[in-house]
Amino acid sequence: MTSIAVSTTINGDDVEFLCRADETLLDVLRNRLGLMGAKEGCGTGDCGACSTIMDGRVVCSCLVLGAETEGREIETIEGMANGSDLHPLQSKFIEHAALQCGVCTPGFLMAAKALLAAHPDPTEKEIRFWLAGNLCRCTGYDKIVRAVQDAAAEMRGEGT
Amino acid sequence: MALDNLPKRVFKVVGTRPPRPDGIDKVTGRALYGADVFAPGMLTAHILRSPHAHAAILSIDTSAAEALPGVKAVVTAADFTAQDDDFLRDVLDNCMARDKVLYDGHALAAVAATTPAIAKAALKLIKVIYKALPHVTDVDAAMRDDAPVVQQGRSLETVPDGMSQNVTNHCEFGHGDLVAGFTKADLVVERSFTTAATHQGYIEPHACLASMTGDGKADLWCCTQGQYNVRALCAAMLGMEASQLRVTASEIGGGFGGKTTVFIEPVALALSRKTGRPVKIVMSRDEVFKATGPTVSASIDVKIGMTRDGRITAGEAHLRYSGGAFPCGTVDMGAQAAFAAYDLQAVRTLGWNILTNRPKEAAYRAPGAPQAIYAVESVVDELCQKLGLDPLDVRLQNAARKGTRSSYGPTFDDIGLIATLEAAKAHPHYSAPLAEGQGRGLSAGFWFNFGGNTCVSLNVNTDGTVGITEGNPDIGGSRAAISQMAAEELGVPYDKIRTIIADTSSLGHNDVTDGSRVTFAVGLATIEAARDAIAKMCRRAARIWGIDEEAVVWEDGAAKPAGPNAGMFPPMALAEIAAVSFNTGGPIAGHYEYNADGAGVSFGVHLVDVEVDRETGATKVLRYTVFQDAGKAVHPSYVEGQMQGGAVQGIGWALNEEYIYGADGRLQNPGFLDYRVPVASDLPPIETVILEIPNPGHPYGVRGVGETPIVPPLAAMSNAVSRAIGTRMNRLPMSPPRILNALSKA
Repeated sequence: MTSIAVSTTINGDDVEFLCRADETLLDVLRNRLGLMGAKEGCGTGDCGACSTIMDGRVVCSCLVLGAETEGREIETIEGMANGSDLHPLQSKFIEHAALQCGVCTPGFLMAAKALLAAHPDPTEKEIRFWLAGNLCRCTGYDKIVRAVQDAAAEMRGEGT
Repeated sequence: MALDNLPKRVFKVVGTRPPRPDGIDKVTGRALYGADVFAPGMLTAHILRSPHAHAAILSIDTSAAEALPGVKAVVTAADFTAQDDDFLRDVLDNCMARDKVLYDGHALAAVAATTPAIAKAALKLIKVIYKALPHVTDVDAAMRDDAPVVQQGRSLETVPDGMSQNVTNHCEFGHGDLVAGFTKADLVVERSFTTAATHQGYIEPHACLASMTGDGKADLWCCTQGQYNVRALCAAMLGMEASQLRVTASEIGGGFGGKTTVFIEPVALALSRKTGRPVKIVMSRDEVFKATGPTVSASIDVKIGMTRDGRITAGEAHLRYSGGAFPCGTVDMGAQAAFAAYDLQAVRTLGWNILTNRPKEAAYRAPGAPQAIYAVESVVDELCQKLGLDPLDVRLQNAARKGTRSSYGPTFDDIGLIATLEAAKAHPHYSAPLAEGQGRGLSAGFWFNFGGNTCVSLNVNTDGTVGITEGNPDIGGSRAAISQMAAEELGVPYDKIRTIIADTSSLGHNDVTDGSRVTFAVGLATIEAARDAIAKMCRRAARIWGIDEEAVVWEDGAAKPAGPNAGMFPPMALAEIAAVSFNTGGPIAGHYEYNADGAGVSFGVHLVDVEVDRETGATKVLRYTVFQDAGKAVHPSYVEGQMQGGAVQGIGWALNEEYIYGADGRLQNPGFLDYRVPVASDLPPIETVILEIPNPGHPYGVRGVGETPIVPPLAAMSNAVSRAIGTRMNRLPMSPPRILNALSKA
């Protein structure tokens, strides 16, 4: 099978890679680019553990072909912190114990980041429905929702 | 092991909520899980699985697969060391079928190739000739005389004569005169229940990377709850010595009991041995559902007698569990746990395990207890409803307490059930008004908890920091709790301590992360290792001061003369003693090894309000509160997390999770789309109330908390739905079609 040359932007950096036509963005991130933060929990778009942001929209990277990312802007968990400064969502996830095993956490953080970009002051219900595409089996979601609420407040400049 | 009977201790670090040590790795994507590593020259393997529920393997021809360019090796059961021990043989047969495939998805060959695509293509070239056999997937059907026999000759001696060969295990617990007990009752209710098999549903599929060299040494990286157990099982199956196999546990993406055994690990090792190259195997979600986990499926009869004023006079339960295609002792735990919350004069539980053509059961959080307690707590609730009694008052009236002879034999020590029930009764949730069409349910829950083999090393570094080496994969924040207990005991700040999880060559054996044992047992070993190091540091200070070591005490992180008579020396802090340790006798370390008992049983109570849509049959959870005795909550956030996570897994079990088999014996929903676990929008906040009734078996009073929370939700949900719709539910899950069916019959 002939490989396809793709030029894209990942976390602000220009990236070029070769992939086969049937490789997913998740395959490319993990197997070709060494970006292991996106996880494969199902490979069928049901668990959200591979959530990344493509042109501002949350996608399951297992449902996007690598070749489709030509000219796109991809954000992954590896680009969320600014150097060693964590994003408020990352800090709040730790502070609120919003992770136990942590394997779903990168996906939740990407989805929550996109949520707060679109809705800086979401209700609890909006958070729960926005994150309904991300499965967590450890926490029962309670602390995740609280962490997102708290991060949203901080990002709006409200004291917590 | 009652170590300390001291007055209530004032803690400085224990009970606080510091950031977990692995937090930043896990929010930045840096943490490495099972599938996240590569090795130079690595091959990828895929596994061939049975399309039949039950079939004899007449032949396997791998020649065409082996001839495919890029394929480096194929293995079958013939590539493993035959096992004499029944337990080991079953684990091996489950990893690689020998003469028969016993369920849809049962592995029977594996291919290692240069790319995943080639490995998958090669699977299609393996020619297997099967002879399909009659199958059975339902537990009650499998118990009948004319049922297809899944495996012959597997019944233990305890199984009564005259039963189907599928009945492999039998147990009986209890005491007292049941007949007399039921005679004293004003009302006796007898009901039958079924619960579906459910999967642990960890988000990370099983993954491993094995590398064996020609001299027989091997390294194995895998996601597991117990690297030492993986080593023991794999070494037996590969015919290796334990010292030659080093197993490193990756970060683990959930387990809940399901990662306490092996599936792909020995296969990767066998392929690596055959090819001389590293071999990686990552399961697909479909494989995880078909061939790992799940829980037992169960069919249960419960009979309970109660007086008009709420005293339970007798209780009896018959439990029929199926742990799939292999003998399974989980029913013993169900039979022991069923009535554990009650102080009863007459109680008896009987259990049977029955083979079916389903995957081999794996532990799932309090294995066996949720099903049994669901049935008992459903009948207790029905009795309360029929007699017009408050269900919390009845549970308080009959609650097991210190000195109660438990339904399974032992007499209880300090337990927190009454305090937990009282907390539920006093909570605003219990008295909040309900609207028309809503129902409130409650259930008590119980788990034994476990201690087990444990060892810990604690190294005092010369810069005054401390390294702890323990051997239990951290599945929910335990490294934080271990560090906290070390900080507490040593009297140094939490951030001076780093806890890591050792590979099997770096520390002695540790039992699996299971039985809610880690914070209890590893915590206790850490405290004792700290005390060992403290004794050594006091000795060093005594040497420096030129006084007797008995004249030195440890307080607030420093050695001090025991009193004015010992001498007037300023305290020496840990960092000061560590800094000069090379001149006072060498490095300082503490160790502790033991086989822990005294884990301390655990009780919880769950309260839930639901609303049922009578048109669609859908149940909405309106409010949920968990009450549990943690003994002492070391890191309360992670205790709450266990309570919330267990509750939600139980809600999923109650409402819609189930293994669905077709008439062909094949699993119809092996994916997250069709096996639907709860999502955020299904749920309300999960409120938590932590009780702290110290466990006398731990220096800080800690009890395990991880498993109990999955026990009460099944009955709490069923009781809430039953009260909401005005008819008793007796099957799980209570999926919308079942609710509509119950409504149409009501």
